[in-house]
Amino acid sequence: MIRTQSFVAATLAAAMLGAGCGMANAADEIVLGAAVSLTGKYSVNGKNTQDGYNLAVKVINDKGGVKVGDKQYRLKVVYYDDESTSARGAQLVERLIDQDHVNFILGPYSSALTKAIAPITEKYRVPMVEGNGADRGLFTQGYKYMFAVLNTSDYYLRAAVNILAEEAKKAGRDPKSIKIAIAIENDNFSQDVRDGIVEDAKKYGMQIVVDDKLPADLNDMTATLTKVKALKPDALMISGHEKGAVLGIRQVAQQKVYVPMLALTHCDSAQITEKFGKESDYAFCGSQWDASLTYTDPWFGNSKNYAEMFKKTYNYEPPYQAAESTASVEVFADAIARAGSLDRDKVRDALAKTDLMTFYGPVKFDETGKNVAKSMVMYQVQKEDYVVVAPSKWATAKPIYPAPSWAQRESGTKVGQK
Amino acid sequence: MSNLEVLASAPILVVQLVVNGILVGAIFALVAYGMALVWGVMNIINVAQGELVMVGGYAVFYLDRAGVHPWLGIPIAAVAMYVFGLLLYRGVIRRLVDRDMFVSILATFGISILLQQLANQLFGADIRTLSTNLPSLSFAEGHVSIASIRIVAFAAAVLVGVALVVFLHRSRMGRAIRATAQNARAARVLGIDTDSVYATTFALNCAICGAAGGIVAMTWFVQPYLGLTYTLRSFMIVIAAGLGNLPGVIVAGSGLGVLEEFAGFVLGAEYQTAFIFIVLVALLVGRNLVLARQRKYLA
Amino acid sequence: MLLIAIALLGIAAPFVLPTVVTQLAFLWLMILFAVTWDVNGGQMGYNSFGNVLFFGIGVYACALVQRDSGLGYYAALFVGTGAGALCAAIAALVLGPPLLGIRGHYFAIATLGLSIAAADIASAWEYIGAASGIAMPVYPGAIGGRARFFYFLLFALAAVTWLAARALYRTRLGLAMNAIRDNEDKAEAMGVHTTRSKVFAWTVAAFFLGAAGGPVGNLVGFVDPRDLAFAGATFGVWMVLMAVLGGRGTLWGPVIGAVIFHVTQELFWTYLLGWQRVAMGLLIVVIVVFFPSGILGWASRLRRHGDAASATSA
Repeated sequence: MIRTQSFVAATLAAAMLGAGCGMANAADEIVLGAAVSLTGKYSVNGKNTQDGYNLAVKVINDKGGVKVGDKQYRLKVVYYDDESTSARGAQLVERLIDQDHVNFILGPYSSALTKAIAPITEKYRVPMVEGNGADRGLFTQGYKYMFAVLNTSDYYLRAAVNILAEEAKKAGRDPKSIKIAIAIENDNFSQDVRDGIVEDAKKYGMQIVVDDKLPADLNDMTATLTKVKALKPDALMISGHEKGAVLGIRQVAQQKVYVPMLALTHCDSAQITEKFGKESDYAFCGSQWDASLTYTDPWFGNSKNYAEMFKKTYNYEPPYQAAESTASVEVFADAIARAGSLDRDKVRDALAKTDLMTFYGPVKFDETGKNVAKSMVMYQVQKEDYVVVAPSKWATAKPIYPAPSWAQRESGTKVGQK
Repeated sequence: MSNLEVLASAPILVVQLVVNGILVGAIFALVAYGMALVWGVMNIINVAQGELVMVGGYAVFYLDRAGVHPWLGIPIAAVAMYVFGLLLYRGVIRRLVDRDMFVSILATFGISILLQQLANQLFGADIRTLSTNLPSLSFAEGHVSIASIRIVAFAAAVLVGVALVVFLHRSRMGRAIRATAQNARAARVLGIDTDSVYATTFALNCAICGAAGGIVAMTWFVQPYLGLTYTLRSFMIVIAAGLGNLPGVIVAGSGLGVLEEFAGFVLGAEYQTAFIFIVLVALLVGRNLVLARQRKYLA
Repeated sequence: MLLIAIALLGIAAPFVLPTVVTQLAFLWLMILFAVTWDVNGGQMGYNSFGNVLFFGIGVYACALVQRDSGLGYYAALFVGTGAGALCAAIAALVLGPPLLGIRGHYFAIATLGLSIAAADIASAWEYIGAASGIAMPVYPGAIGGRARFFYFLLFALAAVTWLAARALYRTRLGLAMNAIRDNEDKAEAMGVHTTRSKVFAWTVAAFFLGAAGGPVGNLVGFVDPRDLAFAGATFGVWMVLMAVLGGRGTLWGPVIGAVIFHVTQELFWTYLLGWQRVAMGLLIVVIVVFFPSGILGWASRLRRHGDAASATSA
């Protein structure tokens, strides 16, 4: 099963490389440069990112492109493969700016890579809009040229903690008695997720009874799960990208670990409902976006329309990584039009003043470049389907907590409402 | 409560950890058999061992997609991998046999990169799983749970081990293999076709890895980068068991598995792998010191 | 003569080829990697798959100095580079005696195990940033200056390393190293202090690897424990490959190997986007299987055949 899309993208990129090397950009084109992970450990999400960027460019160009002053400009993206390593990423962005003379930069996939690239775009004063680097550390460096459309990674599972507190109060329990177990992959992103959980847990006085960092080759979490079984926490929260989600669901079911709440990240890109069916029920998932949200924008309509368009073009459901990449391009289109020019500083100022509604969510940046208008979505798998349970404004169902015990699940006892 | 205290307060957990360790270790032992064979007979350390497991896993996965049930898919994949092993032997491995072991390490490293990246390009980096639809067994009021697939894996590891030992001692080819391992030149003098011995050994290794790959897909998952874990663990098991000690492989495998589970539980999972490697290094240093007294060295 | 030509080339390169300065800086790093590996590998017979451990120690030592010492950028960089070299050397002095007692491929595996354990420990140790790594301070110079500055720094380091290696091979110790490689027991019997010599050689390699760590960390801008500092599966193995490709145990072999390897890799990456790693794997197999004594070995064999042929035909 040859990945024709990545092969086409690769040849296109190679051709663009050949064409773009050292030459000035065509007169009515805005060139965006992007180093994405087409190979290496982030290649799945790297492809999601690339597809997100490409779909945005296609739709925006089809609808007339970007109006700068009184001229219509088309968007174009030049790609390089950063091989999922920061060393390459940094090199590539310099190349894009210095040799390929791109106008602006689109972010890479992952916080680690964004961290490596941000100092460079800052140094060269090239505006970068990114949708896949959520680490909080990015926003404490005083970058003026970096703008992030997504919520910072510490927010992924905060809502889960808040749901725990609410449910405890409803049941007449003191939130301080709640015990949480955390298992994270030992990487940038997951560490932030954990910090978010710990911070909110502290707010309520909850106890963290397990705080494990799983090894990078993350093949088995049985030691941690044995601990969880022994300590009987109220929630088990796992963050380990797709591997973490897959292992979490599989091994929790295999070892019959009962926790009233199982919260994960990357459920949708790991396709847990397709892979595990019933076993994935009741899992809570933190996500930047969901296809059922009803934000709308003039390019894509609402999230459902976006998801349909994406699926038709790329043959898979768009995970949030794709949606936020598309949104990044939309933000650029909007800012460039408002700036009325391709001058980098003017566009940078226009970006800082962004107040845009996209299908992905509202976008408004604070002075550090964070998007403070959007909120993280939490959904739960109910009957093998994802339903949004938080924030309550967008919820389509109530969270089912506590999850039924394994005995109840096996006997098919129905619990909870829809 | 510190981790040790947790263990002390609930001894039944020790049972769970031990059981997990033995079962997980058995899967790694399965991969280690082939490593031991190739190392012992051909004097080649196959750095691509894990990648062979990965390829086997994908084979079973795609067979399943095509409608072939994994229980049937595993033997089919094993046969396919056997053929693949023969081809790989004819193409590359044959030229490595008489060379410095260092050369074989590098060459098989190249093969591992090749397979890994090919898999990434052809299959994508998505995580693939196979469902087993097997129940999980529970004991001691749910304190000890075992996924049935792991018991199957353990049984397979034991069976393969037994089958290998029987094969090596009873069959003609098996005896030819052992003879070649002892002294290749003498074997040739006695009329043994060492080239076909090597080919069979390597192909057998690939077949076992292929079957292991299917089991791995059912127990955990498959993705292009899972190879290194298996390569490294099978190294360690072979070294711990001692070269030439085939029955010892499953004992060493399970032993290391148990050690790892306890290390993960007590020290925290993030130090699990580092701990095992430090144990390995300590083992090597220690063994060497003992041998050095007799002016002998690890060979 | 050749040295002067290379020196001139090296100095002129960033100005002649301004678009690939970063790649050229990495070229000098690769040369440093290959030469230091060969010190204990090709010259001494101890094939280490874990030399990247020393590089990683250097990366972190320098990053920590830059993060915590409060010194200005250049001062911190200077001190940090020295600290990197020193810490790496100390590591070699400490780990050397037990590990260098192990021979052959077991030594290779033990060193590999060490570098993997180091990557795991670095990813878990909060003080050095754990898996989140360390973000390096931004270079204070002009735009485009960063790449050029570190290019020259790495060029200088690589040059010093090579000259040091050359000097080492000309001493008694160099001969002792070769003797150890050829037959360690005989060497010991003849009175060579094998343990001392082995540890010293490894320490020299570690010293230069550690020194290179800081500049590379700054050039990349972000220290990741697995991808940069203790990158065993990339840097760690490439060190070995490059030396083998060029010709182990020779002075110029590793240099040639590094140049060919790095240039080929960059070309693959530019023209075979997506398939560059597949091509690399294939290349490695081809090199190792068909050119096991490296380019220099193959070239010298050709020359010998040529001499023999011309001798017979004369």
